[in-house]
Amino acid sequence: MGDSRDFQDYEELHGRDDTNASPIAPLNRREFLKASGGILVTVALWDEALFGQEAPGRPARPSLPTDFNAFLRIGADGRVACFTGKVELGQGPVTSLAQEIADELDVALDTVDMVMGDTDLCPWDAGTFGSLTTRFFGPPLRAAGAEARRVLLELAAERLGAPVGELVTADGFVCVAAEPSRRVAYAELAKGQRIERHVAGVPIKQPSEFKLMGKPFTRRDARSKVTGQAIYAGDVRLAGMLHAKILRPPVHGARFLEADLSAARAVPGVQVIQDGDLIAVLHPLPDVAEAALAKVTTRFDTPAAAVDTDSIFDHLLKVAPEGRPVAEGGDLVAGSAASAAIVAATYTNDYVAHAPMEPHAAVAHVAGDRVTVWASTQTPFPARTEVSRTLGLPEANVRIRPVFVGGGFGGKTRNGQIVEAARLSRLSGRPVQVAWSRSEEFFYDSFRPAAVVTVRGGVTGEGRLSLWDYRVYFAGERGAAHFYDIPHHRTLAHNPSWTAPSGVHPFATGAWRAPGNNTNSYARECHIQLLAAQAGVDPVEFRLRNLKDPRMIRTLKAAAEKFGWQPANPPSGRGLGVACGVDAGTYVATIAAAAVDTATGRIRVKRVVCAQDMGLLINPAGAVIQMEGCIMMGLGYALTEGLRFAGGDVRDRNFDTYEIPRFSWLPKIETVILDLPDDPAQGGGEPAIIVMGAVVANAVHDVTGTMVYRLPMTPARVLQALKRDGFGMR
Amino acid sequence: MSETIRFRLNGRPVALDVDGGRTLLWVLRTDLGLTGTKYGCGEGHCGACTVLVDGEAVRSCRVAVRDVAEQDVVTIEGLARGAALHPLQEAFMAHDALQCGYCTPGMILTAYAFLKKNPRPTADAIAAALEDNLCRCGAHTRIVEAVQAAAAKMAGGN
Ligand code: FES
Ligand code: FES
Repeated sequence: MGDSRDFQDYEELHGRDDTNASPIAPLNRREFLKASGGILVTVALWDEALFGQEAPGRPARPSLPTDFNAFLRIGADGRVACFTGKVELGQGPVTSLAQEIADELDVALDTVDMVMGDTDLCPWDAGTFGSLTTRFFGPPLRAAGAEARRVLLELAAERLGAPVGELVTADGFVCVAAEPSRRVAYAELAKGQRIERHVAGVPIKQPSEFKLMGKPFTRRDARSKVTGQAIYAGDVRLAGMLHAKILRPPVHGARFLEADLSAARAVPGVQVIQDGDLIAVLHPLPDVAEAALAKVTTRFDTPAAAVDTDSIFDHLLKVAPEGRPVAEGGDLVAGSAASAAIVAATYTNDYVAHAPMEPHAAVAHVAGDRVTVWASTQTPFPARTEVSRTLGLPEANVRIRPVFVGGGFGGKTRNGQIVEAARLSRLSGRPVQVAWSRSEEFFYDSFRPAAVVTVRGGVTGEGRLSLWDYRVYFAGERGAAHFYDIPHHRTLAHNPSWTAPSGVHPFATGAWRAPGNNTNSYARECHIQLLAAQAGVDPVEFRLRNLKDPRMIRTLKAAAEKFGWQPANPPSGRGLGVACGVDAGTYVATIAAAAVDTATGRIRVKRVVCAQDMGLLINPAGAVIQMEGCIMMGLGYALTEGLRFAGGDVRDRNFDTYEIPRFSWLPKIETVILDLPDDPAQGGGEPAIIVMGAVVANAVHDVTGTMVYRLPMTPARVLQALKRDGFGMR
Repeated sequence: MSETIRFRLNGRPVALDVDGGRTLLWVLRTDLGLTGTKYGCGEGHCGACTVLVDGEAVRSCRVAVRDVAEQDVVTIEGLARGAALHPLQEAFMAHDALQCGYCTPGMILTAYAFLKKNPRPTADAIAAALEDNLCRCGAHTRIVEAVQAAAAKMAGGN
């Protein structure tokens, strides 16, 4: 029964496809340990000096190694393995990081195999989040490539008997410039070994020298994904593997009383495991395990719901800690006095789910004192720590192996399913897969927090911002500081993180794509719209008048130009919204056109123009795709995505009631990326999403004169807001 | 409850001794080892599990394996002809019509069944056909473009 493949087959399953795009390159420790003579010295790959692994007494956060060998290895066959602790979630580093290393080394892009997130092979990494890959991993990776190329040049100079100055590199070869037939391959120099020579201070390439960076490339993993060959955690099959389905409480905070497991035990082939709080039903077939679990009857003590979808905001204000200054200047009293008009408003947003299409999954294989895990995770190295602590094994005995991840958005930084699989593998003595159902995925999500922002803003008779008194509660402080030129301002964060002490949220909250910034940009940019309306100034002109930051000015102008912006005072009746923001070092300005059906309250976003100032682009095609993805995903939290709950009872458990964006929502999307190759690379996976709540709300305001102060702007809430403002009665 | 169920899978006959009430999705993914068909919601809402049954796009999480007896089942693994990819697969690659790729098999097979009946669709018709296939990464623009490009290529005699 069942089709089980063993480890050997698994390796084959992960074999290179013809685009060489799998992040799971067919490499293993043994291959690296094969020593051979010559000029290069081999060491074990897990050498501590090389990898900066945690040793007793070391600080908890190792830093990236400085030895370039930690980042790359040139095989005897000429293929280049590039090692990164980052993982491929769909955001594209499988292509962009390969471009960087290939360009610095002067090898063909298709000779690079990315080895991603394998804790035995890759340099330590905190996790793939925060739009950090290109910004903070790219530069050291490029430096490693540049140094390796320089060392290869020196080695070739000795081999070829020609000075380095007379040599050039291209396509994985070093040759004498004047005599190209005198050449030696990198493969021959490196032979798959660690390179012992080092050269300090080798410069990375200037943009004018780029051959691959800055050029658009399609995804290198596409072939494996369109053929169904790409392996995600739930696709891993090991000999003897069992699928586990775990008993869950009905609501968060419920206390387990008892369970009758006899009916489940009676199902042929089923193994039932009870270990403290963990009750699981295991079977070689997941659907049989699930059916057996359904036969378990339980009693839980369920607490009464203290808060729900609508009362949460009052609760948040009640339990909020003191505000902590994020930014301040001038004097609020003087600001009030200087203002010709003051506008105050409160903005809220509901809890939002990550809802990646792939729910959390993991396979753990505990064999003796060693553990191997394949998991959908954004944080393989922290996952290794969690597994080692759970099982009481040294970290060196735990290996997290890479698989493709079916979307993360911050939700896969927590590794509950990995810990469950590791515990159950040890308890059952078999490899175990834990793959959460969609219902479990919703229940155990670390939601984007419900949050409140209060703003009091003032404007002078000349349409200049004069006062900004801003408090954010529980969203987090990322993106809270404004970037306008306001003489008297103060920004306070009441609870500066997207997580909070117990007693605040009825379930887990966490980082959600550009955490904090979606809420902060919504409140700030809506309030700017209201102040522009108050001042009677066009919203683009109003922003430009109150901006000094040249990057924001040029980004907004680029968006306005692409859109074909015609100035008009809001509300203009046209349904055009503007919003700006900064995230992960990237400046964003977005303009949207929307229509509102005032009978039903339905909003339809028709066109979105988004401009970004994001510095050096490694893969322009990838950057555009991330912007498009952010815009589409952002429509969800703007329009429909708000979790319904009563206390710890998560009511939305699947996509029938929790509505995410669909094809019929698709607006015309246009993107502009400022050409700034000499500026450092900035984040690209998150910034464009931050303004989507504001830009749609502002478009609704522009067409109706009504501001919707709560996200998502469901039809019922839009109707309510219109009624509040007496729409149609004026 | 075990019964013998025969059908054609990616062009080859299969005979399985299984509980015929089990869902096609899990029989494909476990008993038959074809993991390209994805679980996304288990309740027919997302389309990640879409396969072709006698040429129709079907949500395998909602179909009992006995219901495909004697029928022709095609999964994403069966779309290419040897090394030659289907034009839809090529178009998804050329148009970057995927990010994480988890929705991709279901998108391609849904589009395949749609194009059989509508060889020259408009972009709006494509979007309508894919309405109930969810993509969290927001690859929608490019998916529509890719399907349209594939349609053009297929109509061109491919
Ligand atoms: S898994 Fe079948 S429709 Fe979602
Ligand atoms: S590409 Fe990730 S869900 Fe569609």
